[in-house]
Amino acid sequence: MQERVKLTDAQINKDLLRSMEENPLWYWLLVGALGLAVLVAFAAVAYMFNRGLGVTGLNRPVMWGFFITNFVFWIGISHAGVMLSAILRLVQAEWRRPATRAAEVLTVFSLMTAMTMPLIHAGRPWRVMYWVFPLDWARGVYPNVRSALVWDPSAVFTYLTSSILFVFIALIPDIAVARDRTTGWKHVLYSVLALGWRGSVRQWKLQLIAGILLSAVILPIFVSVHSIVSWDFAAAVSVEGWHSTVFAPYFVIGAVHSGVSAVVTVMIILRSMFKWQDYIRLEHLDALAKLLIVVATTWFFFFVLEFLFGLYSLEGPEIRLREMQVFEMPWAAFFVAFLVCSYFIPVPMWLFRSVRRSIPLMIFTTVLVNVGMWLERFIIIVPGLARKQGLTFTWGGYTPSAVEIIIVFATFCMVSMLVLLFAKVFPLIPIGDAKEGVVLEDEIKIGKVKVPAIMRED
Amino acid sequence: MANKNVLGLFDNADTAADATDGLMEVGVNQEDFDVLTGSPYPEGAFGEKTPVHHIYVFPLIGALMGLSVAFLLTSGTQIAYPIVTGGKPILSFPAMTIISYEGTLLGAVIFTILGIIFESRLPRARLDPYDPRITEGYIGLLVTCPEERLDAVDQALRRGKAVDVIHEGGRSFRA
Repeated sequence: MQERVKLTDAQINKDLLRSMEENPLWYWLLVGALGLAVLVAFAAVAYMFNRGLGVTGLNRPVMWGFFITNFVFWIGISHAGVMLSAILRLVQAEWRRPATRAAEVLTVFSLMTAMTMPLIHAGRPWRVMYWVFPLDWARGVYPNVRSALVWDPSAVFTYLTSSILFVFIALIPDIAVARDRTTGWKHVLYSVLALGWRGSVRQWKLQLIAGILLSAVILPIFVSVHSIVSWDFAAAVSVEGWHSTVFAPYFVIGAVHSGVSAVVTVMIILRSMFKWQDYIRLEHLDALAKLLIVVATTWFFFFVLEFLFGLYSLEGPEIRLREMQVFEMPWAAFFVAFLVCSYFIPVPMWLFRSVRRSIPLMIFTTVLVNVGMWLERFIIIVPGLARKQGLTFTWGGYTPSAVEIIIVFATFCMVSMLVLLFAKVFPLIPIGDAKEGVVLEDEIKIGKVKVPAIMRED
Repeated sequence: MANKNVLGLFDNADTAADATDGLMEVGVNQEDFDVLTGSPYPEGAFGEKTPVHHIYVFPLIGALMGLSVAFLLTSGTQIAYPIVTGGKPILSFPAMTIISYEGTLLGAVIFTILGIIFESRLPRARLDPYDPRITEGYIGLLVTCPEERLDAVDQALRRGKAVDVIHEGGRSFRA
């Protein structure tokens, strides 16, 4: 049975605009602490730019380390968002309503964060522009469109632009609510952003079509982005463990696994912070956990495929790499930790209804998934480079430096801070969607019980 | 004589739907009134005319433009800086397909957004007549009629139990 509460429009406005209208001290302390961590990371980046990449743990032959791992991780998180939002909109899943905005916003901020990683990793980020865009006309330097490292920015840029536009269009009716409840400069700001929205029949109809149409267009982008990210590795023939045809779907489903888990984590935190128990209900977490069981198991299937294909080739270097990942320390520890964290602990736990409806256990399992998925990316990227090969005469291992650890840690703070700041300016649960849910729901009596009924339009 | 707008405000959807019948009785057509709400209602809930739109054309145009730009950019880049690799052709179509795919979808998204804004008749500089109570759950019946029939429409809205009737240029709400 669903735990619905009948709410009026005014109550919904009041509840969902609470994050914008109230100014609790804890909020600013939290934002301040996160901002401080981001500032420290800025200092670390500046230090690195000044001294060069030598201050990182990168050394031949391991030239992709924490930064690229973190890039792939945040691109993965970004997939939650629009995937979750788009699929749930397309199938008109009723429980999508509180999840879509948080998912879309998480997409935007994690993508922005992801994009900073290769720029930082480049050491001289301004030079990246010359190999991504045809800018250096004077010297005749053009991007090599045959390189996966040029496909990647084109995909990520497309995804980021689309996600920002998607969030903005869906926000317009909610901005109008904020406009109607504010005065002074805030009223002027929201009036400009609301574009003169009045809530006419035409505007609502197009708003509904926008959700479905944009979802349909963004889904192919979403699939392409992580496929192309996987080709950053798979298109390289020289590194064992990377050159795999199954990488694209493996990366995409892995991204969905980590991303949906991150959305659940964020939803639970927001629910507690802004007292949104009537909107983000236990039934929503229950439904998301069931979805995660399917996603995680599909991801695990692709993981097994990828591993087996590696062994099945019977190529010495490939098998040597797998041995290194599974039996040699420290890789073996990371390998076991990633499997246990991302599958063997959370999935069996989600089989129990009591876990799916428990706030602390859902937080625990979804955070665990992302610890595991971060390690998964690390295990994919670094051991392949670190494996000793013939004719390699300069030999260094890889131990991340303090600079890398600070920057990677700060990316988590940055995404959290940006989500919190967004919640201060815009509602994080779609108000129009929540109200529509109330308009369309009713109770019908079947025998001796009353059950919730939802009217659905074609 | 110029047309004027008048807004009747109702505190629930049923009353607003009934009031549209009263408007029809004083000669207001389906095309002459719009319904302003704080949330989407099922189509036809107020007996309003179903809006006609051409939104589906926009992503198609955008996709074609995006594809063209991406194709020109990738082929132009390779032709402008030709590097023969392994005796293969200068234009690498598999690589161009990937960037063209992204360009196509980016064009489709941008044009969809522009289409939604255009078809929603946005941006709009003035909301007059409008009332912020609409986003609090009230229903607004926005009627457009010739100036000489304003009184009849006003009376029809009041007979339909409107809690407030707001005339254009009267108590206004500046966007």
